[in-house]
Amino acid sequence: MAATSTRDLGTGLFVLLGFAALAFLLTQTTDLDEYRGDSGYRVVARFQDIAGLKVRAPVTMAGVNIGRVEKIEFDGDRLDALVTLRIENRYDRIPDDSDAAVLTAGLLGSKYIGIGPGGSDTYLADSSEIQLTQSAIVLEKLVSKFLFSQAENTGGGQADP
Amino acid sequence: MDNLIEIKNLHFKRADRPIFAGLDLDIPRGKVTAIMGPSGTGKTTLLRMITGQLRAGQGSVRIADGDGMTDIGTLDRDAIYRLRRRMGMLFQNSALLTDLDVFENVAFPLREITDLPDRLIRPIVLMKLEAVGLRGAAGLMPSELSGGMGRRVAMARALVMDPELLLYDEPFSGLDPISLGVILRLIRETNDVLGLTSIVVSHDVEEIARLADYCYVIAEGRAIAHGPPAELARSESDLVRQFMAGAADGPVPFHYPAGDFARDLAGD
Amino acid sequence: MVQPGSIVGGLLGFLGKLGASVYFLGEILRQSGIGIARPRLVVEQIHNAGVLSLVIIMTSGLFVGMVLGLQGVDALSRLRQEDILGASVALVLLKELGPVVTALLFAGRAGTALASEIGLMRATDQLSAMEVMAIDPVRRIVAPRFLGGAISLPLLTGVFNVVGILGAWFIGVYVLGVDNGAFWSQMQEYVDPEDIWEGIFKSAAFGVAASLIAVFEGYNAVPTAEGVGLATTRTVVTTSIVILMLDYVITAALL
Repeated sequence: MAATSTRDLGTGLFVLLGFAALAFLLTQTTDLDEYRGDSGYRVVARFQDIAGLKVRAPVTMAGVNIGRVEKIEFDGDRLDALVTLRIENRYDRIPDDSDAAVLTAGLLGSKYIGIGPGGSDTYLADSSEIQLTQSAIVLEKLVSKFLFSQAENTGGGQADP
Repeated sequence: MDNLIEIKNLHFKRADRPIFAGLDLDIPRGKVTAIMGPSGTGKTTLLRMITGQLRAGQGSVRIADGDGMTDIGTLDRDAIYRLRRRMGMLFQNSALLTDLDVFENVAFPLREITDLPDRLIRPIVLMKLEAVGLRGAAGLMPSELSGGMGRRVAMARALVMDPELLLYDEPFSGLDPISLGVILRLIRETNDVLGLTSIVVSHDVEEIARLADYCYVIAEGRAIAHGPPAELARSESDLVRQFMAGAADGPVPFHYPAGDFARDLAGD
Repeated sequence: MVQPGSIVGGLLGFLGKLGASVYFLGEILRQSGIGIARPRLVVEQIHNAGVLSLVIIMTSGLFVGMVLGLQGVDALSRLRQEDILGASVALVLLKELGPVVTALLFAGRAGTALASEIGLMRATDQLSAMEVMAIDPVRRIVAPRFLGGAISLPLLTGVFNVVGILGAWFIGVYVLGVDNGAFWSQMQEYVDPEDIWEGIFKSAAFGVAASLIAVFEGYNAVPTAEGVGLATTRTVVTTSIVILMLDYVITAALL
């Protein structure tokens, strides 16, 4: 019977190891608390153009991560993008006249939201709206703007055959 | 006559090749009945129909059940499993479970089918092993047994549920003369002492002549002769005589059917 | 009659086999109550399929993880993004490589063992003998092995993933100098619980498929030495193809 009990022990250890592995993956590779979604308060902001901003993109202030983009909707009446941000509860003293901008990490990197501080004495709270927003800078628009301004400077020379 | 099994007008095909075409056969209760025939005549197939592992295409395989006869082909799965508890079967290559020792092999049906506690299983198994003369080998693994010993263990296992019908598939093949003598004695003794009915499928004429009470010869899908072995040896049928005497040529030709030999050589 | 060997014949053969194995799965599941009635039989098979595969799974996981560490740092350093090494390795392992590679190794180690064991029992009439003893071999032999395999594979996949991530961590952080904090924090930043569940779901599906193919091929092996060898080969080939096809289907369905 000694062989049987060694085998049972080995099997028990194996099953334990398997579940320990799953527990490790669930706790170490992902941030469950942050993901759970109940913590933090929500504020909304409207943008003319979010150009590739994704749900779960970071929300930063002074370069520090303070929350995430929770929802992105298109407002069919006002024809702009309604973005819901979830900000962690401990950052509860953000002036309510702060501005939000869609920024790009690096030249071609992913989009995130940067909050610039305002000077008000009242703070953003759950379901308040950030009024001052700056849309994403879209590279194509920038390039074409630059080219047109160049063309004007040279007197429309590019129209020559 | 009091028959345990009656087979009537049995037809069976495998891959379009007819195995049985109107086979009639009765197995008398309490006797050792031999079923003989050249290789490939479906003797093993017949056993598998009696155990309900195969179903007849046409005709019936009936077994005595209480007062009447039950057609095995019409039974559902559960009924077939109940029926099999009345049977034991000895396979040609013993079919012992390779990862269990001799004792556990014999105990296997008891452990799987009954709820008997260990203290009851042990004496039953030891009694059956004693009966086949292998109580001393209880601790060996099947790989440590000779062919003849393996067959005796398989016999103990077939007997452990106290069946009323024992089926033997080629029990004599590949045995040395001593093991052969042991198996012959065991089949005879268990049949007579325990009051069983035995069916022995074989093509070993000599052994069957020593053992069987009654004998069927199957060829071409039907029973071509039956009777006590001594009678069959005097049969008028050429085929039966060829088979019983072991002649190379006869109604079963030496040559597999082929075209003209000379033309084949010439390459036409 | 359809010509054997033709494309149509091959397709019909495949469909026939698919149908037969689905039917067989139903039969196994009907007989799976034995896992509750006699859990010891399943424990034995988790030992055979899981514990005995552990060494090969951990070794492979370690080396796959270390290679991901090397290649990851090489590729990411071109983008100046070494910090997301942990995140990339974890996503690749959790969602794809972990379940797929573990299942392929499982087919080679445990699947072949299952197929040849059951095939040998078929070839030596052990299954037939059980039937005659009024013991259903699907219940007594096949169902515990199927359950043992299907339970083992997700657990093995978890172990593979952990060892793989640790391997990449060792190479990335200790050998190639990626920042330890960035490795883990970027991983937690980008890996969602959904990614982990996706991997677990995949490995559960692969476990069912790989175990089913192994017991099916073994149970239906031609009862000769050659037939058992053929069944073993077919188990590896069929499992590999089915795993990769299933992987695509599940990935496409979940994304």
